[in-house]
Amino acid sequence: MKKEVFINSVGSVSVQKTFDNSGFLDEVVNYEGTSVKAVDPNYKEYIPPAAARRMAKGIKMSAVSSQNAMIEAGLENVDAIIVGTGLGCLGDSEKFVRDLLDNDEQYLTPTRFIQSSHNTVAGSIALDMGCKGYNFTYVHANISFESSLWDAKLQLANEEAETILVGAVDEVVDHHIKTHQFIDHIKKEPVAMENVLRSGTKGIVFGEGSHFFVLSNQKQESTYSKLVDLGVYNTLPTTEVSETISDFLKRNDLSTKDLDGVILGNNGDVEHDSIYNDLGTSLFKEIPQFVYKHLSRRV
Amino acid sequence: MSDLKQELKEKIIEQLNLEDITADEIADNDPLFGDGLGLDSIDALELIVMLDKDYGIKLADPKEGRKIFESIDSMAAYISAHKA
Repeated sequence: MKKEVFINSVGSVSVQKTFDNSGFLDEVVNYEGTSVKAVDPNYKEYIPPAAARRMAKGIKMSAVSSQNAMIEAGLENVDAIIVGTGLGCLGDSEKFVRDLLDNDEQYLTPTRFIQSSHNTVAGSIALDMGCKGYNFTYVHANISFESSLWDAKLQLANEEAETILVGAVDEVVDHHIKTHQFIDHIKKEPVAMENVLRSGTKGIVFGEGSHFFVLSNQKQESTYSKLVDLGVYNTLPTTEVSETISDFLKRNDLSTKDLDGVILGNNGDVEHDSIYNDLGTSLFKEIPQFVYKHLSRRV
Repeated sequence: MSDLKQELKEKIIEQLNLEDITADEIADNDPLFGDGLGLDSIDALELIVMLDKDYGIKLADPKEGRKIFESIDSMAAYISAHKA
């Protein structure tokens, strides 16, 4: 008998002021640009200054979000830490490579190299809490967090672990923004928040943030929800998306009529939003739809 | 010499990302490691590279670093005596 899996806590640092876990946002931070930085918490409240000075932005954000998730779950340690990231601590990677070029491969110092690997975040959190359990980082532009969730769900369902800290992190780095603007992954022209979803241009507005969750096979007072099922489809043709979602619901004895709402991944990229827009006017036509790229709002 | 000491303080703050410290807060004879600025072994490597890159001084014996990096005073004295 597989165990059920629950989401017992959340910690979030994002482009909105989400880090204090105070519930729904009291205020909305507006932005306009091609990339958006996270709203910084007071890192000194979470990280000793001596440690913070060597930390990349991704590690700092993750120190805050992971600590908040642990506090909300009432835990001091977990059985495993699993992190998903597309870019890792790219800022320090860029600085390290720039130093290599600028100094003709001489005078290389250890700090930026130490912080430049993708698994720095998972390792730093483990060191901080003294977690000697499973520590893994999934790296993928699109499905790193989904892979982390899968891994955690399988371990918890099979009782290989009881509590797992699962998270995702990525940071905005100037050189990355510039290079990806060349190939239309990131918008070339600044867009105001309220216009992101109807910009009609290629690419996305790139954002940064870190989000951590404690998943467990034990329900508790702080439990948000049960993680019932996951589906990740890497090579799905766009013509089969609707049918695949219906099949996914069916295997859980559900149909769209049973849903109170659906959260879609619209991101304002004219090349990809049509997938979500088509679903919104067909399969999900009768139920409330939510998007989160600018804010979560009903469309 | 006082210009060099001021320069060293500013370089150390920048290189080691000592966000909450200003050059004025570092006394010339403050210990850089341990109870003073609280620098550690990774910082020592950064300082060795700084000596080489910015002042052309290579430390042949890393053990020398213990005396050289004792304080701003000792660093400035060593650099003045050995600058290329």
